[in-house]
Amino acid sequence: MYLVRMGLLKILNLQCDATLHEHAAEGRFIPLKQVRTSAELTEFITEMIPLLHTESEQAKTIGYIINELGGNVIEHAHEKNGAILCAQFFKKSNTIRIGIADTGCGIKKSINQSHQAETDLAAIRLSLWPGVTGTTNKPGGTAQNAGAGLFFIKSIATLNKDFFVVYSGNGLYKLLTNKSGNIKLNADPFVDRHSKSEALPYWKGTLVGIDISLNQTQEYRALLKAIRDIYFSLRKTKTYHKRPRFA
Amino acid sequence: MKEINIYLRIGEKDFAENKDIGKEIRTNEIMPELGAGHEVVLNFDKIDRASQSFIHSLISDPLRKYGDRMLELVTFKNCNDNVKEMIKIVLSYLQDALENKEGD
Repeated sequence: MYLVRMGLLKILNLQCDATLHEHAAEGRFIPLKQVRTSAELTEFITEMIPLLHTESEQAKTIGYIINELGGNVIEHAHEKNGAILCAQFFKKSNTIRIGIADTGCGIKKSINQSHQAETDLAAIRLSLWPGVTGTTNKPGGTAQNAGAGLFFIKSIATLNKDFFVVYSGNGLYKLLTNKSGNIKLNADPFVDRHSKSEALPYWKGTLVGIDISLNQTQEYRALLKAIRDIYFSLRKTKTYHKRPRFA
Repeated sequence: MKEINIYLRIGEKDFAENKDIGKEIRTNEIMPELGAGHEVVLNFDKIDRASQSFIHSLISDPLRKYGDRMLELVTFKNCNDNVKEMIKIVLSYLQDALENKEGD
């Protein structure tokens, strides 16, 4: 019945003969929703945030995550079905779990347009590395792509001590929560506390899941500052760069 | 001098995230103005947050084409701390990448 209420049969265009007393979704969950374009993604985020009844700072982070993950699918998966998104609030743990899936080309094929990854797991590792995008092997990316989206999501999960999982092809990477107080952002996802597998049933496309604990979600700006610090630490040179003009 | 109101361009929302709109602004407004040597003001009034993808789509091509001259011609107006932080992040990795490319 759970899968029916979350809209699985509806998405699959299947009938359900069982009678279901539907509980209101507001503040509890977002049923499966198909998103094919940037405009639909924008609409989903706009509708989703009030439904989740979260505090403002948490809503900002959740909106950011959904946007980056959905945008990745629309742009890289090359899949007419687009992305399937859902979210659920778990009261006991005060956590929001977000899932996004597609049946597109998968991370390995996408990354291998411009890089070399022999396995699905190697491709997932590259996709989480800042500055790596399947659209080019040029530093800094293209006019539309920087290869920063998944790194941002992993960084947010690390700083908030959230679970984060990526599954594509036969490979899976799971960022584990860091129990210690000493949290460090790493460019290489394999340096972070994690688990991984390369022998899972084949999934044609990509699945991403993230648990957002509302008890420890950091202020949005603090997350950005921590991410900027790691970009600065990754710089190959320490040359002075011209700064932007703010008015 | 051309002033572009981001809030109006993205449909009066406080989260600037749609990089297709970013591309439209870049292609149709920013690049032609910079090409003519004119100043551009990107006004982020009423914008609370901007995604990395959106900022990247706005400024990466102008920075590649015009280098530091772009930063002399473009002003980021009415940015709150969230937006400023994201602009600094995107500029930081772009400038570093372009510098490394030049050094190759």
